[in-house]
Amino acid sequence: MTEVLTKRKTLLEARDLHVQFASRGRKARAVDGVNLAVGEGEIVALVGESGCGKTTLARTLLGLERPTSGQVLYGGAGLDYGSRALKAYRREVQLVLQDPTGSLNPRHTVYEAVAEGPRIHGLANEEEIVRDALSRAGLRPPERFFLRYPHELSGGQRQRVVIAGALALAPRLLVADEPVASLDASVRGEILALLLRLREELGLSALVVTHDLGLAWNIADRVAVMYLGRIVESGPVEQVLTAPRHPYTQALLSVLPESPEPVVLTGEPPDPTRVPGGCRFHPRCQVLGVGRAAEVGVDGKCKGEPLAVLPAVPEPQVACHYAAATGS
Amino acid sequence: MSLLSLQDLSVTYRIASGEVAAVRDVSLDLGAGEALGIAGESGSGKSTLAMALLRLLPSGTRVDGRILLDGEDVAAMKWGRLRAVRWASASIVFQGAQHGLNPVRRIGEQIAEPMIVHGTTKEPDKRVAELLAQVGLPAWRARSYPHELSGGQRQRVMIAMALACEPRLIIADEPTTALDVMVQAQVLTLIKKLIAEHGISLIMISHDLSVLADMCDRLGVMYAGRLVEVGPSHEVFHDARHPYSRALAAAFPTVGDPVSRMAPKGLGGDPPDPMDMPAGCPFHPRCPVALDTCTSIDVELWPAGERRSAACVHVLPETPGAPVSDAPVSDAPGSDAPGSDATVSETGGSEPSKTSVEAT
Repeated sequence: MTEVLTKRKTLLEARDLHVQFASRGRKARAVDGVNLAVGEGEIVALVGESGCGKTTLARTLLGLERPTSGQVLYGGAGLDYGSRALKAYRREVQLVLQDPTGSLNPRHTVYEAVAEGPRIHGLANEEEIVRDALSRAGLRPPERFFLRYPHELSGGQRQRVVIAGALALAPRLLVADEPVASLDASVRGEILALLLRLREELGLSALVVTHDLGLAWNIADRVAVMYLGRIVESGPVEQVLTAPRHPYTQALLSVLPESPEPVVLTGEPPDPTRVPGGCRFHPRCQVLGVGRAAEVGVDGKCKGEPLAVLPAVPEPQVACHYAAATGS
Repeated sequence: MSLLSLQDLSVTYRIASGEVAAVRDVSLDLGAGEALGIAGESGSGKSTLAMALLRLLPSGTRVDGRILLDGEDVAAMKWGRLRAVRWASASIVFQGAQHGLNPVRRIGEQIAEPMIVHGTTKEPDKRVAELLAQVGLPAWRARSYPHELSGGQRQRVMIAMALACEPRLIIADEPTTALDVMVQAQVLTLIKKLIAEHGISLIMISHDLSVLADMCDRLGVMYAGRLVEVGPSHEVFHDARHPYSRALAAAFPTVGDPVSRMAPKGLGGDPPDPMDMPAGCPFHPRCPVALDTCTSIDVELWPAGERRSAACVHVLPETPGAPVSDAPVSDAPGSDAPGSDATVSETGGSEPSKTSVEAT
């Protein structure tokens, strides 16, 4: 699987991306140096806790936020923020949001919801596009859904309508922000299976933003773990999720239900207006906390020496002094 | 004697267009110090069940059957007695803690309120500090307002309130939904520790079977208002007898398990409309292992192993064919095969083509 990944052509890329906001008179470094690439036909999971910057990163990749520095590249070319260019870009890269109820206009029928994109872009054969998109999203026969309103549909069906709306523009990449977080357990697998099928049938790439490691295991080729504005570990899902090297990834995996030895980190996800010096994870790091970092003599580095930004390559990467020193 | 005993509990909502049976004939016992999980998807009746326990349902709702709390019939309680029971004998932690707190009052006052109302303490401030410490918050947080706290901290405050009058039973309705993984782990660890230390019984409600299996001794799975399976948590989670429980268990994959890699498992179709229940087993339109008889015969909870029961024709001794646990897991309808997913709900479910059992 890894060999296949390395041959994929890069479709969307973040290059040394920084996004800062002013927050109560302070500077919040929401995205603080990120390299990330999504290949053609690849599904990448971007994993992290609330406030880690993953949604800001996704919005920046979609051109909804401007980077403070660094670049977003699509098909190898830097993103053009002119309104016409952005409009064209958004045909290629579509957003699917967490809450399907919130993303659908309650007074628009399913047909109108899906037809909105094609109308904005002035596409011909509107009805055919809508029919095709609904059917691809698993709402069959599509005609039976045309005149339904969102409140007449189940949560899973609404999310399918949202996905159909994205598909109507024949995009090459979906950015899905917690696509199943607000759905019931039984529907969750169905929507994830749909994303996999779309990749198979249409070669659609996806960047799935989530805090759900099970989701990454279910559908993603690669995973990038984000902490406080940086990607701290990335690589093929099989490797990162079965043999995590970063203490943060290890902790996230350890608190999954039925895990033998949960490492419950104390404290809240930290504040992007106060990024700690040294390794940004060090105040919560369990490896440093129990003295294992000191054993190999890297505790000083953990507290004082910042780590380099990880490159956007398919091979496993980790930003950790302890992992570097122990080769683990 | 069990702390809580439900006998043939049914809850019926009255709405303009008729009656909706949200909970149907649920019988359950909860021992002192026991943790019971109730699983099910939206509309399965699990939250209604929780509300019914302390008579928190809207007026006009019909409750049949009996709810015995410490042997006392909750339905027969006078208003004053019910008030005393709420908080002091049993308390509820709701989902979405942020909505449960009054935004214009300080945390400390809100934690102290049930204690003052119930007169359980002479020194509420001291007790508030004690409770905050128990849930891992510093004492000065008593002076904070809800908006100054994070979601996880607010959920801790809700837990402190639930503990305030030293109840014997805590009902936690999706206590960690909408919280992050790590914060969820913190809150769950806290609940686990507190119920063990204080010998409190717990009823926890969630759609995440893996979380319930981790937290609870026993699990009940609800579908369309009824219990369809009851048994020890780990057995229900890893080796469910009812196909619906199996689908729920498979929905949350175990990371590292090659079976679920690139193979998300779902369950086609939608839960039935409570005003238009299908004939026979209510689960049959979505069931991957339904038999022809399932469209007409409705099986009640039936013994399915030691301390276990399931409402499925496959656990009946006279059912021919393989026991249900050998049948294919829920990936049959609609997970991946084009054309079979997202059934049109007008027909109440899916195609009749899945009415046969493929024995292994």
